[in-house]
This record gives sequence, C-alpha cells and structure tokens, in this order.
Amino acid sequence: MQTENMIVLDEFCSNHEVEISFIRSLEEYGLIETIIVNKTVCVRGNELSKLEQIVRLHQELNINPEGIDAINILLKRIESMQNEITALRNKLDFYQKDQ
Amino acid sequence: MDFIDYYKVLGLDKNATQEDIKKAYRKLARKLHPDLNPNDKEAHKKFQQVNEANEVLSDPEKRKKYDQYGKDWQHAEQFEQARQSQQQGFGREPFSGDFDSSDFSDFFTSMFGNKGGSGFRQRQTKFRGEDYHAELKLNLTDVYKTHQQVLTVNNKNIRITIPAGVENGQQIKIKGHGGPGINGGPNGDLYISFHIINNTKLRRDGNDLHTTVDLDLYTAVLGGEIVIDTLDGKVKLNVKPETQNGIKIKLKGKGFPVYKKEGEFGDMVITFQIKIPTNLTDKQKELFEQLSKS
Repeated sequence: MQTENMIVLDEFCSNHEVEISFIRSLEEYGLIETIIVNKTVCVRGNELSKLEQIVRLHQELNINPEGIDAINILLKRIESMQNEITALRNKLDFYQKDQ
Repeated sequence: MDFIDYYKVLGLDKNATQEDIKKAYRKLARKLHPDLNPNDKEAHKKFQQVNEANEVLSDPEKRKKYDQYGKDWQHAEQFEQARQSQQQGFGREPFSGDFDSSDFSDFFTSMFGNKGGSGFRQRQTKFRGEDYHAELKLNLTDVYKTHQQVLTVNNKNIRITIPAGVENGQQIKIKGHGGPGINGGPNGDLYISFHIINNTKLRRDGNDLHTTVDLDLYTAVLGGEIVIDTLDGKVKLNVKPETQNGIKIKLKGKGFPVYKKEGEFGDMVITFQIKIPTNLTDKQKELFEQLSKS
C-alpha cells in the first residue's frame, strides 16, 4: 500500500510564523494545493520544500503572492534554459570531437 | 583577514540614514537572495556580505563601534578594554552568548565577538544556510544503469541514487545537506554536478550513441553478418549487399537510457567505414582489373 506524508497546515503556519490567509492566497494563485484529510487542512509532503521557499521569499524579502507567482514562473524558465544549455554544450562537444 | 567596508558593500556613504540602510539592504537582498539565485556561488557569497553589513549598520551601537574604529578594527578590543578600565575601573564588558557566528566573516567576529554586548539579538531574521556544490566524476558506463553511491560531505555520509541516463554537466539537488541555517533558518541544499568521463569508444549525443565500424570491401559489396559491441553486450548485424562508405544505420533502443524514464533507450547510430584492401596479390589485382572492365 502506498502512503503519503501530509503536513497539517495549522502546524506549518505556527512553526513558520505565517498567517493562514497567506497560504490561502497562495492557493488562489495556484502556487500550492491543500487537501482535506479527516477534516484537517493539509499540504502534501512533497510540496513542503516549495512552500518553505515561498515563505522565505515572503518573510525575508517582503514579496507578495503576485510577486512570488512571477518569480516562480521565471525560475522555472531559468531551470529549463539551464538544462537546454547543458544539452547544447554536450551536443557541441560531440560535433567538435567529430571534426 | 581584511577590513570590510560595510558601507561599500551596501553601496552607501558614511552619512547614510537608517532608512537608506534599510532600503539598500532590501534592494540587494532581493537581488542576491539564494532562493532567487540557485546554483550561483558568487551571489550566495555576496548575500552573506550584504547580510553581515546590514547586521552591523542597522544596529546603532554596532555601527558606532564600527565607525569609531574603522580600519583600526584589529585594535578595537584593546581600545574598548582600556576605555572600560578607565571609566569603571574593572575589566571589559563580558562577551558571551551562543550565537553561531560561522556564517559571518572573520572580520566581523573579530570586531563583534561571538555576540556583541550591544543588542546583537535585537533583530534576528532567519536565513537559509548556504548551498554546497560538489562535483562527482563518473564513467559513462557507470551511468548506464541506475545505482546508489555513498558520498561523504562535511564528514557526513549521504547515500544518493544516481539515475541512469544522467547527462554530463547535469546537476541534482539534495535538500537540507548544505550549510546550517542562520538564526534557526533551514539548512541549505547540496548540489551535485556530474562530470561524465567517456570510458568507451562510443560517442554520446543525448540519448543516442554513435560509433564508426570498419567494414571490409567484400562484406560491403556482397553483404554479410558482423558483430557490434554495444553497452548492453554484443549484437549481430546483417550488412546489406552494396553498402556504401559513410552510410549510417540505426539500432533502435541500443543507445543510452533516457533520464528518469525507465525502460526507454535512445538509439545506436553506426557509420560504416569501408576499408579498401591493401597489399593485393597479382591474382587479386587481375581479378579487380577484370571487374573494372566488366
């Protein structure tokens, strides 16, 4: 049987000193997804790292959910470009060795 | 250990107000924050400096001490000691506390100790620890199959799974195995870059493997069976009659595994290089002449 780690949202908020309304607004922007388990609002364990990063950006840099959403899109774009650069660099090496 | 000009770090002059310091700090922190600059060691280093500059300049007492001693920071403690003895007739103010100063420069700890006696904890923002970067050298044949490997990072053993098909220069992140967080912040991450050394005669292009196979003239003309080495073992291959020099053929699924797609493989591309026979006997030359006239 497959099991999944769930993090109770209230506990996350109290540990990270963040308002639950902030998490709600992140949900509205589609940045995270909450799930109700036994009448308790939770987030999936595999989303914890992303959520912690968002909270850091909010608390340390005063970035609001709109800004975080924009940053998230740009970071994904950077990551995909970095992967593309790696693949192209390897391709270039391949053709240079061929000559 | 060099003097650090905290004003310069924040791009300010000595007359900067608290508001100027706050503004400059926020602007630079946004620019250099580790979450916004993944894999950028230089940005991480500068972020630590900006953080340190802000710790000093945003605290009026620390700023005063810094301004007072400036480049003579090496003697700051002696001056302080002498001043205290004169005023109070006994030793210097004790420096105590449990602040982990490992993330600050030697200059900072030398000047402010492990915990400045002057409201060091006035403002303690939690910061994520530094990300660590490591390079792992592997042979191409090592990444043909998914395997586990134990790495030692800062005296800690970490077991990592290296998925088959990893590319040269590719990076994976291991969460929480970087530097310790500041003021109870989370640990940084460990980034491992793979340096793949090609220990085979094959050439890799993404998921495809390329090789050049020498073909004797007779097999190229008449066709036949040859054996090719792949990473998966030997493969028998039928060569069609009248195969031309430089022709490429593909062996489907005999290439490199596709990263994180179990059971999927690229192709193996074979280029035939036809070898013209040398040191022909008179009889062979005669036969070729006959062929050329036919």
